[in-house]
Amino acid sequence: MSKTTIIPIGPYHPLQEEPEFFKLHVEGEKVVGLDIELGYNHRGIEKLSELKTFEQTVFLVERICGICSTSHPLACVQAVEDAGGVEVPERALYIRSVIGELERLHSHMLWLGLAGHFLGFNTVWMWAWRYREPILELFELITGNRNHYGMMKPGGVRRDISVEDIPAIQKTLDGLKGPICLFRDAVTDDPLIRARLEGVGTLTKQQAIDYCAVGPTARASGVAKDVRKDHPHLAYGRVDFKIITGKNGDVFDKAIVRILETLESIKIIEQCLEVLKTLPGPVDSNPKEIMAGEGIGTYEAPRGEVIHYICSDGGNRPLRHKIRAPSFMNVPTNQTTVIGQSVADATIILAAVDPCYCCTERMAALDAGSGRRILSSAELIRLSQAKTAKLKKEMGVEGPRLKI
Amino acid sequence: MSFAVNMLTRSLNVFHLGGSACNNCDIEIIDTLTPRYDLERFGITLVGSVRHADVLLITGIFNKKSAIRLKRVYQEAAKPVLVIAIGACACTGNMFQKSYNWNVSVDKYIPVDAYLPGCPPKPEAMIMAMVKLVKKLRGAK
Ligand code: SF4
Repeated sequence: MSKTTIIPIGPYHPLQEEPEFFKLHVEGEKVVGLDIELGYNHRGIEKLSELKTFEQTVFLVERICGICSTSHPLACVQAVEDAGGVEVPERALYIRSVIGELERLHSHMLWLGLAGHFLGFNTVWMWAWRYREPILELFELITGNRNHYGMMKPGGVRRDISVEDIPAIQKTLDGLKGPICLFRDAVTDDPLIRARLEGVGTLTKQQAIDYCAVGPTARASGVAKDVRKDHPHLAYGRVDFKIITGKNGDVFDKAIVRILETLESIKIIEQCLEVLKTLPGPVDSNPKEIMAGEGIGTYEAPRGEVIHYICSDGGNRPLRHKIRAPSFMNVPTNQTTVIGQSVADATIILAAVDPCYCCTERMAALDAGSGRRILSSAELIRLSQAKTAKLKKEMGVEGPRLKI
Repeated sequence: MSFAVNMLTRSLNVFHLGGSACNNCDIEIIDTLTPRYDLERFGITLVGSVRHADVLLITGIFNKKSAIRLKRVYQEAAKPVLVIAIGACACTGNMFQKSYNWNVSVDKYIPVDAYLPGCPPKPEAMIMAMVKLVKKLRGAK
């Protein structure tokens, strides 16, 4: 029998920006198991949200994640609008799409840079982040902030995109197309990148379906899932764009899917801007009250589908706010993709789903490898009931309430 | 200027310690290293181990799980080490103060030398914080 060694990655590791803890079980060079330990990033946002009014909640969910800092608010305001029966002016829908797509653009560029960094290809990192900078400037122009745009509100958006700004936005987008095509050609042509990425960390189509993977992770495996196409909301039903899918589900395909998606995003933004030039109207319907009800909002974040659920009792605060972020579905796929690969490839495989732990850390117990399982919510409830029963016995208390 | 201060403030080795941050502060830190701002021009680099660090950059709130690690990481750093709290989260707890998982602010755990508010602070502000700190250490009035 060969000996299994554990390589800890994290929780504070130079490779990661966020605290998370991977335990790689290796036999020689080969990875045979993976434990993922989370919880370093749990901030209790769902509970905090119940303390805030609907308008404040949007700012709170914005701070779930800095990279998808418009996807969460977007899903959240849509859930509020769904629950409270709020109308949104048409111009606001187009503006929301523009901001959402700009975010996808900057997020994919960011990932591309980090992926280059993980491969030890720092030139890609520097170039990708250099071309990401103009996008942040666009954000500053449109919203006033480089990150955390604060654009969404129930009923519309906070700021309009003025017609005078549109040529400047268009100019930046035109300037981006060249570099993105350059990246596309560099990744597809470079034999070294191909050698590092092709056939590495493969997630088959069936596995992607089994794990309920979402976003580019699923699309790279050939599952054509995209909220923008499946439930056309905002302006997505009125613009023309393609869903990019891959075939093999390896890291190479994931990279290509993301790069090609940025080109689609530019296409969407351009079409929206064209409409915004002439479309009149307010950008905010200023809802006075949110009616009682339940609502669900979804949006295709750069990493996949994000879902927000809001329950309103007719007051000014959510009664319950539930969030499901895309990385929550994508991170567990690492458990299959990384097994059997070499240690050197592990970092890029772990990074290939573009994990975002600040999004993911709602409440979960993960346990990988042999004899280990992922706890479902039913099991969690059962465990908590068992623990309560045990505590009751220890303290000698009967009945439903603990007296302390 | 003492030898220690001279050595400490010449070429800063920075270790980035992200707590329960939303990522934006962390990304803006990395952003300062990329071509637009390029802090490495001044000899400021990110290092992989806290034992090599002259400066600790703290981002995000620290929850019950990560706060223990924060203390451990600080103890492992070779002294003297400068600590900069970056972003509203690290400075005050931001909007997470009422969370059941928020302990107390960073400066209750470890001594903090500079606070840099903002959500997130712009890269320019981070560079300015570095410059101010170095100037102060060198005793420039
Ligand atoms: S200060 Fe703002 S940007 Fe920085 S980690 Fe906290 S919420 Fe995120």
